[in-house]
Amino acid sequence: MFDQFDPADDKMLQVIDNNGKVVNREWMPKLTDDELVKLYKEMLFVRTLDFMIVSYQRQGRLYTYPPNYGQEAIGVAAGAVMRHDDWLVPAFRELGAYLAKGVTMNEIFMFNMGFEDGMRFTGANHVLPFSVPIASQLLHAAGIGYAVKYQKKDEVTFTFVGDGGTSEGDFHEALNFAGVWKVPVIFVVQNNQYAISVPVKMQTASVNMAVKSKAYGIKGLKVDGNDIFALLAAFRSAHEYARTESQAVLIEAVTYRKGAHTTSDDPTKYRTSEEEKEWDLKDPLRRMKLFMEKKKLWSDAEEERITEEYRKEIDRQFVETEKSVQYPLEDVFKYMYAEMPQDLRDQQIEHEKFLQWKNARR
Amino acid sequence: MKAMNIVNAINDALDIKLAEDKNVVVYGEDAGFEGGVFRVTEGLQKKYGVERVFDSPLAESGIAGTAVGMAAAGLRPVIEMQFCGFIYPAFNQIISHITRFHNRSRGRYRMPIVIRLPYGGGINALEHHSESMESLFAHIPGLKVVVPSTPHDAKGLLISAIESDDPVLFMEPKRIYRAIKQEVSEEKFSVPIGKAKVLSQGTDVTVVAYGAMIREVQKAMVMAKEAGYSVELIDLRTIYPLDKETITASIKKTGRIIFVGEEPRSFGVGSEIMALANDEAFLHLEAPPKRVAAFDVIVPYPRGEHHYMISPEKIFYEIERTVKF
Repeated sequence: MFDQFDPADDKMLQVIDNNGKVVNREWMPKLTDDELVKLYKEMLFVRTLDFMIVSYQRQGRLYTYPPNYGQEAIGVAAGAVMRHDDWLVPAFRELGAYLAKGVTMNEIFMFNMGFEDGMRFTGANHVLPFSVPIASQLLHAAGIGYAVKYQKKDEVTFTFVGDGGTSEGDFHEALNFAGVWKVPVIFVVQNNQYAISVPVKMQTASVNMAVKSKAYGIKGLKVDGNDIFALLAAFRSAHEYARTESQAVLIEAVTYRKGAHTTSDDPTKYRTSEEEKEWDLKDPLRRMKLFMEKKKLWSDAEEERITEEYRKEIDRQFVETEKSVQYPLEDVFKYMYAEMPQDLRDQQIEHEKFLQWKNARR
Repeated sequence: MKAMNIVNAINDALDIKLAEDKNVVVYGEDAGFEGGVFRVTEGLQKKYGVERVFDSPLAESGIAGTAVGMAAAGLRPVIEMQFCGFIYPAFNQIISHITRFHNRSRGRYRMPIVIRLPYGGGINALEHHSESMESLFAHIPGLKVVVPSTPHDAKGLLISAIESDDPVLFMEPKRIYRAIKQEVSEEKFSVPIGKAKVLSQGTDVTVVAYGAMIREVQKAMVMAKEAGYSVELIDLRTIYPLDKETITASIKKTGRIIFVGEEPRSFGVGSEIMALANDEAFLHLEAPPKRVAAFDVIVPYPRGEHHYMISPEKIFYEIERTVKF
């Protein structure tokens, strides 16, 4: 696959077109009808959850949130390929992958409500916390790659970054370390065309992002990031290659952030509605749905029914989370160190004395 | 027992931990094959193999960032930054991840990482090879900062640092790497992090120092003794967490406190010692607490460095002024 779609020629792997028609039979993953439905439902769930979180934010019930709208296929496809022991080193816009690895909605809600407790990821194996300093997490993935190779474990690491992140030094250091060390790490660039307001053409003079792999002596692939089948094929190939050859891979998934960068952003300021409409035709759910409808595996009625079901369940869990969260003072201190210094303990005690005084005044 | 300098002692501590714990890996620029530019890791690659003691690509952020992933996956990386002046590309990984992962993941991912950092001036080196920036790091929540001044403490503190489940910045006073030899046990032993040591008992004034400055203070103490002043010398050994108890007890005893450090004076470790004297021993003070530290300037190039470095005479001068206040 890597030779067939050489990023130096700016080739892009695509399996279905905008109308859901298979245009590349060779790379169409073999999926049963049940698997197809499951995959679509996962994307639909992510989209529904994402919309709901944005609406909770608009209602003032949680803080800033980075919407996944338009990019759902990437996280879902990665999640479908990752095994229990594989590692996920996230940025912050890969909702489908978190859920697939066992991160709960409750944790996502808590995180965006402003509780570090949301990053406990209690039921998720090998998932690192979200990483906000752009591209810095890619080095963690390279380090995990080194560790699993040293420990002779069969574990592949998936890590994510945006198109803007490819300008950071850590992006290049991570690819370089992973290339030199020959470690099984899959670096995924979600090229959603914008780093907040800055268009991708202002990030790089390269013909695409995937071609940067060449400089580090690793394989690279540009894939249609709104094409769930192309993504599945790409991630499966990359996973197999990384695992068996102990090598790193750079995958550029070309997509479009239909929503805002975060709920604090207003994309109408920096892009046109014509551009947005053009990308609407490439929407990942729309394309898969057209494919499914042709196979009589899906219908609008079904979509409405399931979406309503999802909405009810999401809201039930959200309300439950809202009721249960708390942030005791001790949590501010207790996780700073594995072994807490006395001085920090004293700072807590000092503050508690103030609180006692304050309460006594009432 | 064996006669060791600080370089030998650090090498010995690494040797012991590499032998004992398969999760320990050692890497950095030139740290593998050559054994580091100061030869601190010499012989370890040959003994433990290239998978455990190795040269990394030349990228400090990469070295620190990959250590985060290794630690998350169960290793205990000991990474080397070649010089204090070269650590800044790694600053983001240190302040944004190494020191935050434990808190961010609510205790799920520990960061048992040791960052070895040769620091300090007085070696006639180029720019970026002489600085002493401990305060930058002591200010970061989530980090522990250690500075030995003797071969014995270098070995014992490094063993503690590698065994610590928290990240430790292990600062090595390169000016005295080979200046002192001491009989050090070849067995495994540890020196606790967070405990200062009273090196000399005295009654007139407390001097707090660490690293390469200890020797300079000791030279000043010879002059002080001749002048009839009794100096109590405390070797901090750990900057954070600060051993407030030992320092406070000493200030209460002598009533006078001088900090000696080669870092820029303002907003430094010395400032913290001054605040401690104020907070905990205010009514015991017989003289204003004093800082003898470097100017707030970039370390001058070798021909000008003598203007900058703290001399024993200067320390004695401040001892006398404080005692006679």
